[in-house]
Amino acid sequence: MNTAVATDTIDTSFIPRDPVKDSAQEAFHKLTETVGTPTVENAKMRSRDVNVFYGEKQAIFDVNLDIGNNEVVAMIGPSGCGKSTFLRCLNRMNDTIPSCRVTGDLSLDGEDLYGADLDPVLLRARVGMVFQKPNPFAKSIYDNVAYGPRIHGLSSNRAELDDIVVDSLRKAGLYDEVKDRLDAPGTSLSGGQQQRLCIARSIAVSPEVILMDEPCSALDPIATARIEELIDELRQNYAIAIVTHSMQQAARVSQRTAYFHLGKLVEVNATNDVFTNPQHELTENYITGRFG
Amino acid sequence: MDKLHLDQHISQQFNMELEDIRNKVLTMGGLVEQQVTNGLTALLEADNDLASKVAESDFEINKMEVDIDEDCTQVLARRQPTASDLRLIVTVIKVITDLERIGDEAEKLGRFSRDLTDMADDLPSYRKELRHLGELVKSMLHDSLDAFARLDVDAALAIAQRDEDVNDEYRTLERLLGTHLVEDPRQVSKLFKITWCARALERIGDHSVNICEYVVYLVKGRDIRHTSFDDIRSEFIK
Repeated sequence: MNTAVATDTIDTSFIPRDPVKDSAQEAFHKLTETVGTPTVENAKMRSRDVNVFYGEKQAIFDVNLDIGNNEVVAMIGPSGCGKSTFLRCLNRMNDTIPSCRVTGDLSLDGEDLYGADLDPVLLRARVGMVFQKPNPFAKSIYDNVAYGPRIHGLSSNRAELDDIVVDSLRKAGLYDEVKDRLDAPGTSLSGGQQQRLCIARSIAVSPEVILMDEPCSALDPIATARIEELIDELRQNYAIAIVTHSMQQAARVSQRTAYFHLGKLVEVNATNDVFTNPQHELTENYITGRFG
Repeated sequence: MDKLHLDQHISQQFNMELEDIRNKVLTMGGLVEQQVTNGLTALLEADNDLASKVAESDFEINKMEVDIDEDCTQVLARRQPTASDLRLIVTVIKVITDLERIGDEAEKLGRFSRDLTDMADDLPSYRKELRHLGELVKSMLHDSLDAFARLDVDAALAIAQRDEDVNDEYRTLERLLGTHLVEDPRQVSKLFKITWCARALERIGDHSVNICEYVVYLVKGRDIRHTSFDDIRSEFIK
């Protein structure tokens, strides 16, 4: 009580005001609903009123967002805005963090992701993930890709497994480069090839959704271009959500772009619109590199 | 976003680049306005010296167009602007094309002024009508540049509507000249030149409308070209 009185009496008028920052903050505080089109009709994954807490600290506030079939949704926003946290909710990767608590409804084809009868291991086969740093297992190229199908029992004999490995490597655009050395260690490949190997590994278990957390940030422009080309091809068969710090990448690969800010989903719109005429001031400030 | 906040980028250098481009466009606009005023004066007052001056200054406008285009290309290549910054660059590239063409029309006015000078006394010069048309388009150009400087969408839409008056005026003059031509076909060459002058003025009006349309795109992100005015009115004028 006393503190409140004391604060009220401090004259802060001498501090120069930044009009852009002020109006952006005001806009953020007023934000109760996401601007744009967070939901779609052919949603593969739905999330409604999702809140995420790390202990006492709330990291995500009331996020509603759909990921549609055959579309790439890019999630952008400053560091710590919750985009990766949200992405990790989509295949329950946050389960591995003891203090993390997720509330709200998340579903894959209408099935509750956090339902009691859902096995997170099976979920992660249906919703694959590719990480920032390529992380191949210390196994051969072949075994890296065959690992998932083996543990999920997706093949009954060696010939079937071979087919899955070759097919996955082809889809990941890596087969021609490695076909003569499938028994070489996965770690012997270049960074871009390793990342494509990880994509092949996630495709091998026939997922329905692929999540990508900054898949190109450790890659050079050529490897990045290959992965982006691949993302566009994969879109024909999967729903894809990608977190990226590169706005140009979001603009290049996605059909819809979602902008996160301090744990809130500020705006989701067609990528074409977001980068030419964003509806929310905060989105505008972020993508144009302004203060706020 | 009704303001561009060009000074609010984290990169000061980027702030300066965009501000510099915007200032150059306004300078070019001022120059073009002066050219139109001079071209019209040269035409109406049969001032050959002024007409030569207009022709000479046209190079300057052309040079500015190339210069600003180059600046915009650099920003696109190096900054990959988005949202309002992108719209500003696109708008500038388009505005300066129209400004350069307005410059060409102004030069045309100066060029035809000589022909009006040695016009036979028995032929009406149509100066009064040309002056009237000229004043209309001059104010349209001035106001459209003003709307660009102030990012004033309401003004831009109001100015664009004024093009109807210009077209009416132009059609009236065209009819008069047509009738005259039928009555006295020997004057065909001179009457045609007067028509071309009127046409040049009318085109300046059209280019000014284009500038107004770009202002709406810049501020609102909506491309209103080739849209009926009724649709635009229902969307923007409440």
